[in-house]
Amino acid sequence: MPEEAPVIEISNLRFAWKKRVEPVLSIASLQVNRGERVFLRGPSGSGKSSLLNLLAGVALPQSGRLKVLGQDMTALSSAQRDHFRAHHIGFIFQMFNLIPYLSVVENVTLPCRFSKKRKHKVLAQADSQQDEAIRLLGHLDMAQADVLHKPVSELSVGQQQRVAAARALIGSPELVIADEPTSSLDADRRTAFIDLLFRECDSANATLIFVSHDNSLVAPFERTIEFHELNHAASNQQPMLKAVT
Amino acid sequence: MAIPGLAIKSFRNRKFTTGLTVLSIALSVMLLLGIEKIRQGAETGFTNTVSGTDLIVGARSSPTQLLLYSVFHIGNPTNNISWESYEEITANPQVKWAIPISLGDSHKGYRVVGTTTQFYENFRFAGGKHLQLEQGEWFGKIDDAAVGAEVADEFGYRTGDKIVIAHGGGDESFIVHTDKPFKVAGILKRTGTPVDRAVYVGLKSIDALHQDFQGGEHDHDPLVAHDEHGDSGEQGGLSAILLGLQSRSAAISVQRTINEHDHEPLTAIMPGVVLLEVWQMMGMVERLLMIVSGFVVAVGLFSMLIILMTSLNERRREMAILRSVGARPAHVFVLIMGEAVFLTLLAIVIGVAMVYGLMLLLQPWLESMYGLYVDISLPTITELTLLGIIAVCGFFVGLIPGIRIYRYALADGMTIRV
Repeated sequence: MPEEAPVIEISNLRFAWKKRVEPVLSIASLQVNRGERVFLRGPSGSGKSSLLNLLAGVALPQSGRLKVLGQDMTALSSAQRDHFRAHHIGFIFQMFNLIPYLSVVENVTLPCRFSKKRKHKVLAQADSQQDEAIRLLGHLDMAQADVLHKPVSELSVGQQQRVAAARALIGSPELVIADEPTSSLDADRRTAFIDLLFRECDSANATLIFVSHDNSLVAPFERTIEFHELNHAASNQQPMLKAVT
Repeated sequence: MAIPGLAIKSFRNRKFTTGLTVLSIALSVMLLLGIEKIRQGAETGFTNTVSGTDLIVGARSSPTQLLLYSVFHIGNPTNNISWESYEEITANPQVKWAIPISLGDSHKGYRVVGTTTQFYENFRFAGGKHLQLEQGEWFGKIDDAAVGAEVADEFGYRTGDKIVIAHGGGDESFIVHTDKPFKVAGILKRTGTPVDRAVYVGLKSIDALHQDFQGGEHDHDPLVAHDEHGDSGEQGGLSAILLGLQSRSAAISVQRTINEHDHEPLTAIMPGVVLLEVWQMMGMVERLLMIVSGFVVAVGLFSMLIILMTSLNERRREMAILRSVGARPAHVFVLIMGEAVFLTLLAIVIGVAMVYGLMLLLQPWLESMYGLYVDISLPTITELTLLGIIAVCGFFVGLIPGIRIYRYALADGMTIRV
């Protein structure tokens, strides 16, 4: 893909979960450029998760243009979109980020099981996937032996989120999407977590989309998008949801 | 690639509950297969019991009863056959050989069969095999006895040992002929039939024994004694006669002649026909057992379904995470589906191993206790079919949670439902 292509390019996009119901998303235009740190602010239920599903290639818009990293998502089959996500996008969820039966290191290297591209990138920088996982965990202050060998269910929420961040960053994906990653952390930890995320995105040269409704976190971001301004479907959102559910 | 590794790790993480599920299915597989093995053993053992005998004659009774007491040593004759009838029947030119059998005594719980050398010469089993001696010889003298292989094993008898015979069957005989011990003249080779579980003595010896007990003369002609006692009560006379004919095709006419016998009411049966009838009767029981064990397998598979379904809500999150790192809905389906198939196959392997282990362990015991020879051989087509059906059922059981998680994966997308 061309280096200069925007990371996200959306125009006249409309999306509904089912055909013939009112769209939950209606975005006239959105462009995010390479290396940007974007704070996407909006309350839950405003269609944010729909947008994330579209960016990840899990869902497709009913109409309009959606390009991620220069790739027209509507032109790909669902299998190709799944591969695309595996290769290019790192995800951090709000909570329950880790697979309970995998070790800390195995959780971090999980994307390499699904993407050869990311595995090769890892092996270009490090001797093994494990070494790279431990290096990333080290940057996140998580490489102590006692932490590495704990079952993931015994880690604190903050530790779990840092493992999730390492997983999102391994193999240097171009786009990192964090969906309310700090809402389960206390205030001190939030800023520390965001600092870590920024630093790692910088060194991996990744674009960061940070979704939150917490205004106190806005400060370090160079760009803030208000979701209700972005999504024109949001105004008639509430009554429609009631009608559906 | 990614999925088998994950499936194994996931399985290891829940090894206790999944282990129990596997065990319950494995036990049900063992039960099903074990019953099938025993059925086969019983059928072969059963049909091997007697062969080459064209007719069995006894006092008027049901054919099944006659077969059971004359060949299997189960139950007792209601009446005896008189010696005259024996002579009349054997006088028939169609009769090639006749084995007289007199029951009613026992040795430490085993039947004592009064007979003649005819038994040793003409009795055949398992498709025409003759009896053979392991040691010594068939009884000749009046105080000689030949013992079946199992009786010899049970009490460690060797030729020359003295054994004592009791009047009446079973273990609770109260009249023991301790004053007239028999000498073990020969030990028969194992046959895997009821022959192994009996002691054989001469007809004359039995009569002499009872004569003596009643204070009669030792040198009394036993055949005459038979007549006298045949009139006076239970002693004397014969319990059954096994007949071999000149030609098999004569069986029906000879059977009719015997059934229409004038002097006393007699029943003649063709053992092959009655064996089949009895087997079919037992076949009901065995089919019922198969059905029950089939249900046990179904319960085992159902418990696996329950385990998979209850884990599904928890694993829904896991699926969203896998989706986020690039797993396809098909991967997620295979992960759950594969687990069900893997657990079923594992259970089948363990179940089969347990069956063979148990057979190795119990084979000698089953044979000595029940005369049941369970053949330890490769699985038969029937067994493989049963196993195949279980595997297919496991596959279908896996489809249920598999399809559900596939739908979840499509509906949830990247959203983690809590």
